[in-house]
Amino acid sequence: MGYGGELASPRKGKFTVAVFNPPGIAREVRASYAFVERNMNLVKRYWGWEIAFFLYTISSSLSVIYIGEAQDPARRGELVLTLGIGTLVWAYLRSVFDSISEMISWERWEGTIEYTFMAPISRLTHMLGTALFSIVYGILRTAALFVALALFVDLDLSRANFLAALVVTLVGSLSFLGIGIMASILPLWFTERGAEMTFMISAILLLISGVYYPISVLPDWLEPLARLSPATYFLDGIRRTVISGQGLAQLGDVLLPLLVMGVLSIPLGVWVFLRVETYAKRTGRLKRNG
Amino acid sequence: MIQTDQEERTAGPLVREITTTDTHPHDAVVANDLVKAFGGGSQRIFRRAKPAKKDQVMAVDHVSMRIARNEIYGVLGANGSGKSTLIRLLSTLLLPDSGTVGIFGYDVVRDERIVKRMLNRVSVEASFFKKLSPFENLMYATRLYGLTGASARREIPIALGRLGIAPDRMHRPLEQMSRGMQQKVAIARAFLTAPVFLLLDEPTTGLDPRSKVDVQEFVLQLRREHDATVLLTTHDMAEADALCDRIAILDRGRVVVEGTPEELKAQAASHDIPEPTMEDAFMVFTGRSLEEAEQDEEPAAR
Repeated sequence: MGYGGELASPRKGKFTVAVFNPPGIAREVRASYAFVERNMNLVKRYWGWEIAFFLYTISSSLSVIYIGEAQDPARRGELVLTLGIGTLVWAYLRSVFDSISEMISWERWEGTIEYTFMAPISRLTHMLGTALFSIVYGILRTAALFVALALFVDLDLSRANFLAALVVTLVGSLSFLGIGIMASILPLWFTERGAEMTFMISAILLLISGVYYPISVLPDWLEPLARLSPATYFLDGIRRTVISGQGLAQLGDVLLPLLVMGVLSIPLGVWVFLRVETYAKRTGRLKRNG
Repeated sequence: MIQTDQEERTAGPLVREITTTDTHPHDAVVANDLVKAFGGGSQRIFRRAKPAKKDQVMAVDHVSMRIARNEIYGVLGANGSGKSTLIRLLSTLLLPDSGTVGIFGYDVVRDERIVKRMLNRVSVEASFFKKLSPFENLMYATRLYGLTGASARREIPIALGRLGIAPDRMHRPLEQMSRGMQQKVAIARAFLTAPVFLLLDEPTTGLDPRSKVDVQEFVLQLRREHDATVLLTTHDMAEADALCDRIAILDRGRVVVEGTPEELKAQAASHDIPEPTMEDAFMVFTGRSLEEAEQDEEPAAR
């Protein structure tokens, strides 16, 4: 049924209503910053959880890195660095992915979801703000993790090209934003256990992307899937810049796929999200539960 | 002080006059034959759903209403009568199955972004990030509605102060506040975004008598100072009687009667009850007391 009726009939009357906050780029930027500031405040208020989760990440990272330490001394250094980069990159990607995919589940849990969805902002603004926070927070947290790991093991960074690594990080983050946006529909769609279902996505990415082992050890049928994962290229790029010191000119085979995946996955993620948002509004799934 | 800020908004760059045109220039809200049902089998994401009618729960059943500008319009009904669904339909959080809603001449579905700029809502749950302070929660809310950081930092303490929230409480986690205080912060959130249409979904439920009176006074103030139109749902018949210009009684998703409190009570008067209260009127028009109606209603999905 359409939405014509009385509103579409010939209009006779006219009056004005003073409405606060007209639309505009500046207003959308301000609104985007609302999500950055809010999430920073949440990190500050949940400092106990942040410390606990950080200690967990250090412990789990070291558990993997010490596997390298136990190997033949001739290969130990490179293996420790390979595993160390795997744990750091994975910690970063998980951080970005979780920040985005928790966009809905956290608000549903707090009971604020209807207020955020009722606000006069575009969903893109909502996502950009969340994405900006997730990248800044992810980089800072990973840097702190690196410092903590360096206290325990010797990571040889003498050949590292940090500028190229930063470019790989920023370009690689784009596709993870897209995947995170797509994952965030799960809590919107499945109101009860949707948040937990996002773990499935990160677990599959961990399996196929060569975080701790080369993708060549995967079964033949899984290898093509590994080539579709942005994390595969991200890890390859970071390892080449940090271990071999490769520059941007040598990283075309990594940066191009990452760029293409990012450019495709973000609009696709937003499109899918908007469809599910409409579905949620049709079926009453925006309501708070729990 | 708020008056000053309002003047600043009216004169400043944050405000734009939106010209609305409608066949009824004095109507703030026009709902026509609004229908919303829930349930009825699987609903597809990528195509409009056609659920089986036999399994559906009709939450809002062909509701039509007009709310005049600057009016306080009450909707009375038991739990599950469709009040909250109606509020969600008006506030763009639900899509109607059929029918239309216009707010100052703008359709809530077609013109969603414009409508969102005109309204805000206070619901029965305060709905905040409980670990954040009132100040942090309101910074977030006001930025979403386009207020600059400097303006928000200036206006938030004023709005909270007017509701009796002391400066030292503004920066403590909201979870340390009583429900009544949290609800006042929710009122301040709505006030700060200067809505021209305010939806109040049982805002005083569960509050102590003093907090109730404070919230009621603030609603009247909002209407007076911001020229706001208010839709209020409540279980409190005395509150509806005191605050509302007109009242609709909703029963099983349908509007069974509408009128001023005096009109409803006059219609409900009988030989046995010559001077009925709103509670008596509710019983006459629904055939049940509020408690009985709540026991009868299907609680799910409304």
